[in-house]
Amino acid sequence: MDLSDTPQEVEFRARLREWLGKALPSLPTKPSPDDWPGRRAYDLGWQRTLYDAGYGDVHWGADPAVRMIFLEETEKAGAPYVGANFVGLLHAGPTIAAEGTGEQRARWLPPVLRGEEVWCQGFSEPDAGSDLAALRTRARRDGDDYVVSGSKIWTSHAEVADWCELLVRTDPDAPKHRGITWLAMPMDAPGITVRPLRTLAGTDEFAEVFLDEVRVPVANRVGEENDGWRVTMVTLSFERGTAFVGEVVACRRVLGELALAARENGRWDDPVLRRRLGRLNAEFRALWRLTQWNVSEASEGVPGVGGSVFKLRYSHARQELYEAAAEVLGEGGAALDLEQPWVLDRLSSLSYTIAAGTSQIQHSIVAERVLGLPKGR
Amino acid sequence: MRFQLTDDQRALRAGVRELLTARFGRERLRAAMDAAETPELDRGLWRELGTAGFFSLRLPEAAGGVGLGLPEAVLAFEEAGRVLLPGPLIATHLAAGVVPGAATGETVVTVVDGGGVVEWLGAADVVRGDAAGAVPMRSADPLTPLHRVAGPDSGDRTDVLLTSLLSAAEQLGTAARVCELAAQHARTREQFGRPIGAFQAVQQLCAGILVRVELARAAVYAAAVTADPADIAAARLLADEAAVRGARDCLQVHGGMGFTWESDVHLHLKRAWVRARRPGSVTECEEVLAETLLSEAR
Ligand SMILES: Cc1cc2nc3c(=O)[nH]c(=O)nc-3n(C[C@H](O)[C@H](O)[C@H](O)COP(=O)(O)OP(=O)(O)OC[C@H]3O[C@@H](n4cnc5c(N)ncnc54)[C@H](O)[C@@H]3O)c2cc1C
Repeated sequence: MDLSDTPQEVEFRARLREWLGKALPSLPTKPSPDDWPGRRAYDLGWQRTLYDAGYGDVHWGADPAVRMIFLEETEKAGAPYVGANFVGLLHAGPTIAAEGTGEQRARWLPPVLRGEEVWCQGFSEPDAGSDLAALRTRARRDGDDYVVSGSKIWTSHAEVADWCELLVRTDPDAPKHRGITWLAMPMDAPGITVRPLRTLAGTDEFAEVFLDEVRVPVANRVGEENDGWRVTMVTLSFERGTAFVGEVVACRRVLGELALAARENGRWDDPVLRRRLGRLNAEFRALWRLTQWNVSEASEGVPGVGGSVFKLRYSHARQELYEAAAEVLGEGGAALDLEQPWVLDRLSSLSYTIAAGTSQIQHSIVAERVLGLPKGR
Repeated sequence: MRFQLTDDQRALRAGVRELLTARFGRERLRAAMDAAETPELDRGLWRELGTAGFFSLRLPEAAGGVGLGLPEAVLAFEEAGRVLLPGPLIATHLAAGVVPGAATGETVVTVVDGGGVVEWLGAADVVRGDAAGAVPMRSADPLTPLHRVAGPDSGDRTDVLLTSLLSAAEQLGTAARVCELAAQHARTREQFGRPIGAFQAVQQLCAGILVRVELARAAVYAAAVTADPADIAAARLLADEAAVRGARDCLQVHGGMGFTWESDVHLHLKRAWVRARRPGSVTECEEVLAETLLSEAR
């Protein structure tokens, strides 16, 4: 059990800190949450800056400890997080790196790392949410293309994406898990209609995507035809296992800000609130340790079910954090004022126990795959 | 950073588990609790633990100890927690090198901690702190005799911190064990024509136990590495929660069987309650962690 930095890690941390000190002041101002083209440009620009400085592939590097240091230091310095690069950098990219051909890796990975292309995730459908394998979007083979028709829903960043990791049904007669294929679909292909959906936070964070006879080259298939469920499991393990890690550091910073704000406005004198923040501190410290544990365990390759364990607890803790924030804001109605800090975060935290697999589904996954209980669904 | 057990640490854990399974298996546990109204301490076992280095684990080799650190001690205490090993283990471990005979298991040491309670007063050769006027209680835990005392604690903050950490390690052992017991029962007990583990409500209970175990494990091991007071406070909070709630949920999974004297589940719950009230209370831990937020955010 070693939590200290190796000499190489010490050096990496120091170099990164120094670079951040120089790079961050020249960053453009953050666009408003409603300005999608602006957000796209900002997020890609940051990734490009990282790439030019040699940090572009830090999420994929062979050494996960280095990635942890990167996340810690960038967050502490107030650097931007992945934003619209979430899918490309944290799950579609890693999936292609693990399962794609040499040609596919050469085509899709460099533009993600250089901050040139944005990806989105077309998995969920109106009738296939928790029961993802029930998806019905159809792909029929026609020469060197698949012809795809159907609809996807809750597709984050669809409006600004260049590519979509898309799940389609290629064999309607096979048992549901065995007729699925994983495709990379160019979002500018004819036949794609994106209709933004407004979230409860008032922003257009995700969309419906309608597909009408969209032609996707067979060469864009990752994995074999009808072997897409296995590839999907790889994608989901990245999504649940490693994609949220950076947010834990951010939550710890927010918790510190809450404590300072509470001292400022006198709420700190309430022992019930103070102790609640203390307990949240235990929670997020432990979540960070759990991350370090999981990362060391899966020191290479695909993260294991530890991701579901982490995701279950983290999504709940994040909601509790912003509940506590409302408490800190006090009784004057500040917690109902969308202009106040943390109020929008409180709203968006509500999605955490739903997106990337609901808590109910994660419980069953842990029960079945870790504890060996019989399948219940 | 490599936050996993080393090969040596794995070997140590396996060694302790082997020793404890051989010398304090389930029959011994049940025999110990049925033997007498007030449980006796097994002096032979105590000396064997001493010989195996359980008490002298962290003493330098030059002082006749094993020369290992807190992470190793935490692994050993986790194993002790798993099998509900009785006796004032932490007090004796902390007395090694201070109280003659503690390191070898010749002397049994207990301590008056601040909570107004002493464990194993009758069996101890040496009592640290002032146990004058101690009154015996009818202990809820059949394997931990308890006395109530008025005296102040020993006043040693380092000991309080280490007690908190090692106690958290024992809680982790209990939490991991009740998780196994719950899953085992859920896989084998059948109702409505299938194993109860196929019912989602039961799956949810079992998965909840596991999640708490894994979070507590990360916190306890990290606290053993850093020995930082805030890390120890976090470890303590999460391990107490994992053990107490884990044992209760495990009891629920066992149905009527869980409510019997014959089942082991209640022994884990009762011991978890005993450990949860050791010094470094929930309030104290939460206040330490709140204060740390301020000092780290400045
Ligand atoms: C902010 C946000 C962003 C998202 N982004 C994307 C994206 O980019 N791409 C994408 O593909 N998807 C995305 N999703 C979709 C997300 O993965 C689904 O919402 C999720 O899997 C749940 O599916 P559902 O909404 O159809 O709910 P349902 O499956 O209908 O579930 C409704 C309720 O029933 C419960 N339930 C369902 N089945 C079971 C069962 N077997 N046992 C117990 N309880 C059950 C659920 O837990 C839930 O409480 C996003 C969702 C959100 C909220």
